[in-house]
Amino acid sequence: MIGPVLDGSPSKACGCALEFNVEDGNFLTDDFLRQLINVGEVDILVGLPTHNNAKTIRSIVQTIQNGLLRSFPRERAVIINADGGSRDGTPELVTAISIHDARPTPNPYALRTLHSISTKYASNPDGGVAFRTILAAAELLRAKACIVMSPESTNIESEWVSKLLRPISYDGFDLVTPTYRRPKFEGLLMTNLLYPMIRALYGVRIREAHAPEFGFSGRLGSQFLNQNGWNDGTVGIGTELRFTLAAITGRYRVCQSFLGEKSQAERRSADLVPALRQTVGALFSALEPGFSFWSRVTGSQPVLTTGPDQEMLLERVRINRKRLREMFSIGVAELESVYQSILAPATLAELQRIAHLREEEFRYSAELWVRTAYEFAAAYQKSVINRDHIIQAFAPLFRGRVFTFLVENRNSSMNDVEDNIEGLCVEFERLKPYLLQLWKSKE
Amino acid sequence: MREMIVSELTQALHELARGFAHYLPRLIVMLILALAGWVIAYVVKVILRGTLRLINFDKLAENAGASQLLGKTALPSATELVGRFVFWVTWLGFVLLGVSVLGILGLQEQIARFFLFLPHLFVAMFIMFFGLLAANFFSRAALLAAVNANVPSPRVLSLAVRSIIVAFVLSIVFEELGLAEQTMLVAFGIAFGALMLGLAIAFGIGGRDLARRFLEEKFVRPKRQENEDEPSPL
Repeated sequence: MIGPVLDGSPSKACGCALEFNVEDGNFLTDDFLRQLINVGEVDILVGLPTHNNAKTIRSIVQTIQNGLLRSFPRERAVIINADGGSRDGTPELVTAISIHDARPTPNPYALRTLHSISTKYASNPDGGVAFRTILAAAELLRAKACIVMSPESTNIESEWVSKLLRPISYDGFDLVTPTYRRPKFEGLLMTNLLYPMIRALYGVRIREAHAPEFGFSGRLGSQFLNQNGWNDGTVGIGTELRFTLAAITGRYRVCQSFLGEKSQAERRSADLVPALRQTVGALFSALEPGFSFWSRVTGSQPVLTTGPDQEMLLERVRINRKRLREMFSIGVAELESVYQSILAPATLAELQRIAHLREEEFRYSAELWVRTAYEFAAAYQKSVINRDHIIQAFAPLFRGRVFTFLVENRNSSMNDVEDNIEGLCVEFERLKPYLLQLWKSKE
Repeated sequence: MREMIVSELTQALHELARGFAHYLPRLIVMLILALAGWVIAYVVKVILRGTLRLINFDKLAENAGASQLLGKTALPSATELVGRFVFWVTWLGFVLLGVSVLGILGLQEQIARFFLFLPHLFVAMFIMFFGLLAANFFSRAALLAAVNANVPSPRVLSLAVRSIIVAFVLSIVFEELGLAEQTMLVAFGIAFGALMLGLAIAFGIGGRDLARRFLEEKFVRPKRQENEDEPSPL
């Protein structure tokens, strides 16, 4: 069995310090570079990408400062705010928050200076450019451990800083992805597609490959920063997911850390099609360059996790199941010509059959769902139609699968839901040869 | 009298022979040009067909919606069709070049006009192909957006987008070819105006309730309500 090496040394960046190419740093402003030079070298860097987050940013920065003072009082640390053209004064708030604001909490005492720097990278938000700015700053400041925090996490706790940084600073890990406590019917794209598909293809059981907060080592950041393709127009989409996949394919050490409950505001923010572009689009486009890696992986391995792998809240969430089912059926009927280009005739025929079933009889089976996902991935690789159209055409089918998942797990306990997800993962692994077959076929 | 007839006949034969001797080399040149043209046209066709297959032109044509159209009318594939078209245009060009060598009065002007028309023909074909490609792309984009936004009758919307683009492209193509410019301009104006008026009437009067619901959902109904209907994907 060939599986990914999660505890070994990285294959490319090991031992060699990558020099920052000044030409690559042209996108950084002179003022920002000057501020970075004033800071000098740091041990820890906290990246904070923002865009109009004035309501939450103050408490988040204070919590981060508190976390740093509590857990890393001897380390040199900096908070880098990469702002995407906020008009509500977010950058000013970040730089105005004094470290003394955090000091009244019990026993925090910094032996080093804690800097806060803000830079406006563009007039419009772009997650890819924001992350690139943070990576460039980390490389220039020679940061050993970095974390990226979401400006929307309203329930962030100071322990999150420690939970994401400790595995890197003290245990030699290169990437720390979070796990959360969330309602069982939230994050369904993660549980029904991203987690099982990444697990089947890359052989690594990472629950949140596309997370708003995560930690990484300086060497992983440098390797990702210096990889080609920042300017090809697609890299900005789903950068977090690409980063995770780069860590896996680069054989860096990856672990998970349980943070706690994921905030409500953040969960509500994502619409389906943009979310699919950010995640499924990024995953599909990463499959092509990573083929030599994932095509040789069989089975999957768990990654070291601090705290529980996943926790679920059994609270009721208001979901209009009927609407999901309707949108699936309408999608299958109206997009027939599009699906004919993407799906195998047998798969399309089966989808059309279930689209006509009554609500109580409707079931989008795991096998059919996996076949659908793999056929979409292969169609994306072959660009049978415009790639963004392929991603958009995936939305109605995802709704159909979500409907089945909701029905199957309506009264399930946390363990039952986990068993259901595990069954889906096994199905993705079992049908992986089908994807390879599709991938290698010319038509 | 008899001598006069013989003399006239001899003179006529001489003139015929002189005329034949005068035209024979030109005729041979014409035949050579036609033959060489056939060979060149065939080579061009083979090279073009290979190149088009290499760049997967059939796939592009399929994306443009041209392949489906060809299939319905029992025509060969887009690559084969373009190859044949270029073959015939090239060969016809050489044949006409040969005919012009004959120096037949009246034909010269027509041949010159044909050669002047060729660039327009190719530009028109280019516009038509990419126009169909754009029509297909935007109609599919409209269809996907409408389905995902749960807009009623998404296929009608998609068809409307395709029709508008195709009508626009056709008007440009006819203008480029110089065919019935005035008629096309008037027809396009009437068709486009009627379509817009029809849509306005249909949306404003026929679909009054639909329009009200749509506007209410768009601007009055809180976005949160919509989100609560669907679980967060991430």
